[in-house]
Amino acid sequence: MSAITREDVAHLARLAHIRMDEQELDKMSGELAVIMDAVAAVSEVAGDDVPPTSHPIPLTNVFREDEPGEMLSQEQALAMAPEAEDGQFRVPAILEGE
Amino acid sequence: MNATTESTELIRLTALQMAEKLRTGEITSVELTQAHLDRIAAVDGGERGIHAFLHVNPEEALAVAAEVDAIRAAGGAEAEALHPLAGVPVAVKDNIVTIGQPTTAGSRMLEGWMSPYDATVVTKLRRARLPILGKTNLDEFAMGGSTEHSAFGNTRNPWDLDRIPGGSGGGSAAAVAAFMAPLALGSDTGGSIRQPGAVTGTVGAKPTYGGVSRYGVIAMASSLDQIGPVARTVQDAAALQELLGGHDAKDSTSLTEPLEGLLTAARQHDVTGLRIGIVSELRGEGYQEGVLERFREAVTILQDAGAEVVEVSCPHLKYALGAYYLIMPSEASSNLAKFDGVRYGNRVVPDEGGTIEQVMGATRAAGFGEEVKRRIILGTYALSAGYYDAYYGSAQKIRTLVQRDFDEAFSKVDVLISPTSPTTAFGLGEKIDDPLAMYLNDVATIPANLAGIPGISVPGGLAEGLPVGVQFLAPVRGDAVMYRAAAALESRLEQAWGAQLWTQAPDLDDTRSTQPAGVGTADRTAGGENR
Repeated sequence: MSAITREDVAHLARLAHIRMDEQELDKMSGELAVIMDAVAAVSEVAGDDVPPTSHPIPLTNVFREDEPGEMLSQEQALAMAPEAEDGQFRVPAILEGE
Repeated sequence: MNATTESTELIRLTALQMAEKLRTGEITSVELTQAHLDRIAAVDGGERGIHAFLHVNPEEALAVAAEVDAIRAAGGAEAEALHPLAGVPVAVKDNIVTIGQPTTAGSRMLEGWMSPYDATVVTKLRRARLPILGKTNLDEFAMGGSTEHSAFGNTRNPWDLDRIPGGSGGGSAAAVAAFMAPLALGSDTGGSIRQPGAVTGTVGAKPTYGGVSRYGVIAMASSLDQIGPVARTVQDAAALQELLGGHDAKDSTSLTEPLEGLLTAARQHDVTGLRIGIVSELRGEGYQEGVLERFREAVTILQDAGAEVVEVSCPHLKYALGAYYLIMPSEASSNLAKFDGVRYGNRVVPDEGGTIEQVMGATRAAGFGEEVKRRIILGTYALSAGYYDAYYGSAQKIRTLVQRDFDEAFSKVDVLISPTSPTTAFGLGEKIDDPLAMYLNDVATIPANLAGIPGISVPGGLAEGLPVGVQFLAPVRGDAVMYRAAAALESRLEQAWGAQLWTQAPDLDDTRSTQPAGVGTADRTAGGENR
């Protein structure tokens, strides 16, 4: 079931927002196929009776009073932004065209 | 003894010995910090330098050292209240955020980025007044087992300059092994503290999950990541973990009860009646013979010291590596989605311009290295519709089975023992084109992260001149018994060797004299202020 194709990788790269050229797609699909073959056995081990574990230590919800604590100033938060304007992050156009 | 010999001797002390000399006034923190900065200047730069540091922080480190010295000189309540490790310098892995020094996580994505806040562990170091020497090299975003995936060049192993120092925390381990720092911070997601410890002849511990706050570590896989100590002795590691640990309201997953008595346990050296289990699944095939020889000797030494050694089986550990390489990339693909070139990090705009989506695609293509891209794609695949149950879901079930295996084992024994890494340090470049071979390095360290239990690697001797690590694992919150067993082995091995293992390490050349003119350290500094 683990056959991971070049088209799969191209699709996944789009989902993950990583631009990849043809050469990268070839290399990565080959490598991922080898890795998936090696890990595929995990799907055959545990039956339906085994509950999944998402976290190593059992936790319950952590609550606190809804009071402001220490926080970054707007200036600090924007200081390392690639582009900022009028106290906000400046981003490229969301939609194509004007 | 001339001044140079004195400072050479000084850097070879343990952190606790340094702390004692500071307390009695025999040395000052400025002398001690300067001795380490001198060592960094001598062996870390140039073509054949160790390159453990991505950034060196002399002004701030010396200022903190001078503060400690002034407080001590003044005496009184403030001097009394100083932390026992005050004035002992420390290095910080570069995926842990620091105000005033760049934090890159070994990635082009964050080249030159300055954090507006400190990680909780850094706040604790500052409060205890440990001078921070600088930021250490790592595989990009802590993804790798050799530090070769750093975007800013590899780190060399002080035992053999043509070999890897382990990873992802190769910089912290190499800095401590080469006497550039007595203590360092690491982060361990699948072995990134312990495996570098093993291959550099140093001590590295991964605390119980939640034992140390993760606030301010750049997350790779949040349910597996754990910050921990890197040192040359078990006692030094225990002392540093005590400083770092405790509940933190900024990390909801941090344990509410602190893990106590670690240093006391590390000073005990007694293993009479301690039940130690050899994990059948963590030796044998795939393990280098020299590693297994040192491991068998370690077991015999513990037996002779009065420990009860039995063999235990954890049958599901053979699936742990597979489960890990589905869970870790899944969490990483989600954690790394925040690097989109909008709020921080570097933005790359395609030549033809483009929408935010195209800018993100170009930014992430240029900012991430191969291994990071591989893991993001792998994680995106494991989480995608149609595959989620078969891969991510199944891996989480294996996590349950691994935990049950450990629970069963710890109902019979107090600690488990295994080799830390199946091999000694391999050559630079040897596995760089074979991701799967690289992943297999972590086979003995990964299970602890899946189960959240603590693990430590201690030097077990040499195989063909290279360090071998012995790993101890303990139940959740069993960090103290882990330190006790590790310290007992360490002290008996040192008795047998007549000295600490590091006395057998080769002397490092001063690379400043061999450096060709014009080749400075500037090209290797990952941004911000130069060293």
